[in-house]
Amino acid sequence: MTTDEVPAVRMRGIWKRFGTVVANRGVDFDLRPGEIHALLGENGAGKSTLMRILYGLYRADAGTIAVNGAPATIRSPHDAIAHGIGMVTQHFALVSPMTVTENVILGCDQRIRLDLKAAQQQVSAAADRVGLSIDPRALVKDLSVGQRQRVEILKALYRQARVLILDEPTAVLVPQEVEQLFATLRRLRQEGVSVVFISHKLHEVMQITDRVTVMRAGEVVGAAETSRVTPTDLARMMVGRPTIGVIKPRTISAAQPQAALQLEGVSARNNKGLPALRNLSLEVRAGEILGVAGVAGNGQTELAQVIEGVRPVTSGRLLVCGQDITNAGPRRAMDAGVGRIPEDRHESVVGAMSVAYNMALEHLDEFTRSGLIDRRRLRQHAERLIGQYQIRARPDDPIRTLSGGNMQKVILARVLDRNPRVIVVSQPTRGLDVAATEYVRGKLVEQRQKGAAILLISEDLDEILELSDRIAVIYEGEIRQILDAGEATLEALGLLMAGLRR
Amino acid sequence: MRVILPILAVIITFALTSALVLMVGASPLEAYYHFLVEPLSSRVSAVEVLVKATPLLLTGAAVAVAFSGGFWNIGAEGQFLAGAVAATAIGLNMHSLPPAVAVPLTLIGGVAAGMAWVATPALMKTRLGIDEVVTTLLLNSVALLAVSALLNGPWRDPISQWPQSPDIAAAAILPKLIPRSRLHLGFLLAILVVAALGFVLSRTAFGVRLRAAGMEPDAARFAGIQVGRVMLTTALLSGGIAGLAGAIEVAGIHYHLIEAISGGHGYTGIVIATLSGLNPWAVVPAALFIGLIDTGSQTVSRALGVPVYLGEVIQATLLLVTLAVLLLQHYRIRWERRAA
Amino acid sequence: MSEASLLAFLVGLLAATLRVATPLLYATIGEVYSERSGVLNLGIEGVMFLGAFVGFAAAAQAEAAGWGAYLWVGLVAAMISGLLMALLMALLSVTLGLNQHVAGLGITLLCTGLAMFGFRLVFGERPVLPRISPFSQLNPFPGTPILDPLLNQYLLTYLAFLVLVPASVWVLYHSNFGLQLRAVGENPEAADAAGINVFRIRYAALAISGVLMALGGAFLSLAQLGAFSPGIVAGRGWVCIALVIFARWDPLRAMFGALLFGGMFALQLRLQTQGFQLPYEVLLALPYLVTILALAVAGRHAPYPGAYLKPYRRE
Repeated sequence: MTTDEVPAVRMRGIWKRFGTVVANRGVDFDLRPGEIHALLGENGAGKSTLMRILYGLYRADAGTIAVNGAPATIRSPHDAIAHGIGMVTQHFALVSPMTVTENVILGCDQRIRLDLKAAQQQVSAAADRVGLSIDPRALVKDLSVGQRQRVEILKALYRQARVLILDEPTAVLVPQEVEQLFATLRRLRQEGVSVVFISHKLHEVMQITDRVTVMRAGEVVGAAETSRVTPTDLARMMVGRPTIGVIKPRTISAAQPQAALQLEGVSARNNKGLPALRNLSLEVRAGEILGVAGVAGNGQTELAQVIEGVRPVTSGRLLVCGQDITNAGPRRAMDAGVGRIPEDRHESVVGAMSVAYNMALEHLDEFTRSGLIDRRRLRQHAERLIGQYQIRARPDDPIRTLSGGNMQKVILARVLDRNPRVIVVSQPTRGLDVAATEYVRGKLVEQRQKGAAILLISEDLDEILELSDRIAVIYEGEIRQILDAGEATLEALGLLMAGLRR
Repeated sequence: MRVILPILAVIITFALTSALVLMVGASPLEAYYHFLVEPLSSRVSAVEVLVKATPLLLTGAAVAVAFSGGFWNIGAEGQFLAGAVAATAIGLNMHSLPPAVAVPLTLIGGVAAGMAWVATPALMKTRLGIDEVVTTLLLNSVALLAVSALLNGPWRDPISQWPQSPDIAAAAILPKLIPRSRLHLGFLLAILVVAALGFVLSRTAFGVRLRAAGMEPDAARFAGIQVGRVMLTTALLSGGIAGLAGAIEVAGIHYHLIEAISGGHGYTGIVIATLSGLNPWAVVPAALFIGLIDTGSQTVSRALGVPVYLGEVIQATLLLVTLAVLLLQHYRIRWERRAA
Repeated sequence: MSEASLLAFLVGLLAATLRVATPLLYATIGEVYSERSGVLNLGIEGVMFLGAFVGFAAAAQAEAAGWGAYLWVGLVAAMISGLLMALLMALLSVTLGLNQHVAGLGITLLCTGLAMFGFRLVFGERPVLPRISPFSQLNPFPGTPILDPLLNQYLLTYLAFLVLVPASVWVLYHSNFGLQLRAVGENPEAADAAGINVFRIRYAALAISGVLMALGGAFLSLAQLGAFSPGIVAGRGWVCIALVIFARWDPLRAMFGALLFGGMFALQLRLQTQGFQLPYEVLLALPYLVTILALAVAGRHAPYPGAYLKPYRRE
């Protein structure tokens, strides 16, 4: 391959803002014909955004795209398909009670009659050509996740894609399926199809790709032939930034050695019924913050929900201060002293209800006298918390009218006011401005000083490093390793999060 | 906004339906005078508005509480009929009892029958996850057939041979509020029930749980509320109130069962609940307004020769327009959020 | 009962079954189109009623004007009324994304009111119901003595069983429109991603459903009765809602279901005239009870369309 060859895709100076967040800042990207190209970076580095722009799901604020040397305007997936670009997103767009063939041809056949026999043969032939073994008559709902992914790839190829974008394709696959996917990608490369492989898993990037482009904070920090770099180089490029000074008081109180929260061999499934936690064990001691670091989708959501009491475990035990609350439901978890600040704020408040009611919702009985709501008490409670936590709202405001920061403060107030012995908190500062972020973090540290055991789940590594006493790295539903905050570096975390053992 | 939206809906509805008045060759303004003002100008017809509103207060409340709790009860009509049947069955056998016993027994029977009629769809929903819209709807037809079977069979009036039951015992009849009018104790009971419901929903822990489970079941579950149990209670409450409406209509107006005992009060309950924005307190003006339209459609028919069914068209149009107008509330929320 | 009279009874019952099943079949298949696209159309009862009225009123006017094809005028008028109501339903449930069951019930209430209003407006208050001479029955295969009563049917019945059912099977499973319609009803997000206009497909499905429902109603007034009365539809629309579930959203099964449910109606009528004591309401209630039982048995596995009752909004 020569470098002066016309690139299959050339993106220049791509800018994309979402509100105040800049997701892509002047990104250049080249994809050569017939190569497998890794787009590597942490969560939020801007890789998916860039590719969603290429596929027409987002519109760039500035920048140009050329396909096979010719300038291209891509406003919708429809345009992208017309330019021979296909994309397999993380959420499959398949109609599950329909057959593979029906899904593949859906929307591309403009004739009145549906010739399923001919379509089946075409789909079969397309599948065979790239070695995707799949029965064109099978119903999608009967297929495994890996097989569904193959249907998505087939859909793109059936639409004559010469550029195939795969967004974190291995995140949903078991190892055997990963091998099959890689075999398919190699076949596609032989056929001259160019593949963009979005990933954060270093060993996979090393194994399958020809070239790699690394992104960080919306910018490209480097591009290279994969064979010329080492995993360590790449990890450094991914996370490379000055470590932030840690300001938290390092006073791990040795007087409280016992574990307040214990998980013993816990397994659980995700919403799709697939294993999300695998025999996971950990302990959080009173007066410490245990941070859980990991790439999104490795079981963090399920871990939090298991402790919150809203997701059943399939095996294992869950103890709070020695009390067994395995599969006991949210009520018993709260009664045992678990305070819960969930990942999705909207999932834990009733939007149309007032701030005061939402502050009382978890312990309504305490605001009730012989069945009647004690409205004065409800109001006083709300006013006290609003003052104490500097929430900009009135007790009677419907909570959905609050800003993200104020809504988070309401939830924080509702939980922390009870001085829970265990706090499980997910993505506490996601979407918050700087002041609100500082405030929330400060409150968590304050609770730690008061002796609470805090499990902090966050995708923000700076947050994990700033707040945690110990850091557990979660990968594919298991705790890979637990590090003391003092010995943890971004680089070490990055390697562990990418699934590379030390 | 709470007051403005329904008024806006009423204005749009009248503007749309005035086309029908024009088709008859009458003046819309004159027609709406007869609709809205004339019924209130005489004591007799004003009382009749209250009579018409009595069952609607209850079916409106029944639907409002169900919808607030996230149980889409389309079956108030069937639960109404079940309540009417039970009240008739009990009322027919109350000859040897004093009214102080007979009346409560008759009404409680209606409540119990309404609850029993909704129990199957409610259990299917909470235990098996089966959509309640269709099951409650289909049971309406079954209830109507059951009434018909009773009236053509065991309860057929032996003298007239009409499909109507014999009269219930005098002891089971609801006393009149105003002598020589049709207004009976049931009206006060209905107001009491609606007020009690408004109180329960806004002031008790159960009411808060019910609304939370209805509005956001996931958040309610997260907060430790047993959503399934709350929903079952909601459904039974709704069915009981609709059943009470049926019992009151038998014991207060007709004194016997006829096939047209409801004639769609259960469905009108959906109109009223929607108009009220699912707020029990607002059910009172909504039911009175529909009662006014029911009465007014007869006035306007007598005065101008406009077919009496204009009232039904207005109610249906009002339902659809209100649904559409309520969308504006969502825009308001979005606007508020942006401003915050 | 002798063998010959038993045979005559059965043939007569079957012939009546076909007639009774015809309006159910039109409206049920209409509802299948609508629900398969993800919209529960509870306007069915009212649209059937409106179709029966509009068809009758237009035919009566055309007959009075001396037009030969007055019945066809009525049929077309009924279809147009069904189409308009379907478009209103689509505006409310697809474009505005309102509650489908409340919007549908509102359409039913509106159609009922409009039809009654129109009836009074056109025909006034008469002691005797106005009548027209209805469609006559025809027998394309005359000369088979025993089967004659069975084959002697309305053209609309022949069309329903021999054209509508196979055509609907073809449209749903063998045309691209059908594939897109099913995809939209199962997973509108996926259909949208595949470049299908979800809104346009749902409008089309509702339009078909409205026309077929109105046809079902018009059959009652223009063929079966030759008259219009307030009790003409009498809950047949709700029977169709049950039928759609019973038929698991499939046109061919809908035909068998319509025959089964229609058979119960026909049997009930015959038994009544033969003086049986069993309350006829029991047989009439069976379709509803059987459907509820079927739902209870199927539980969560009832094959509801995936996007049933869910309005689609693009993000």
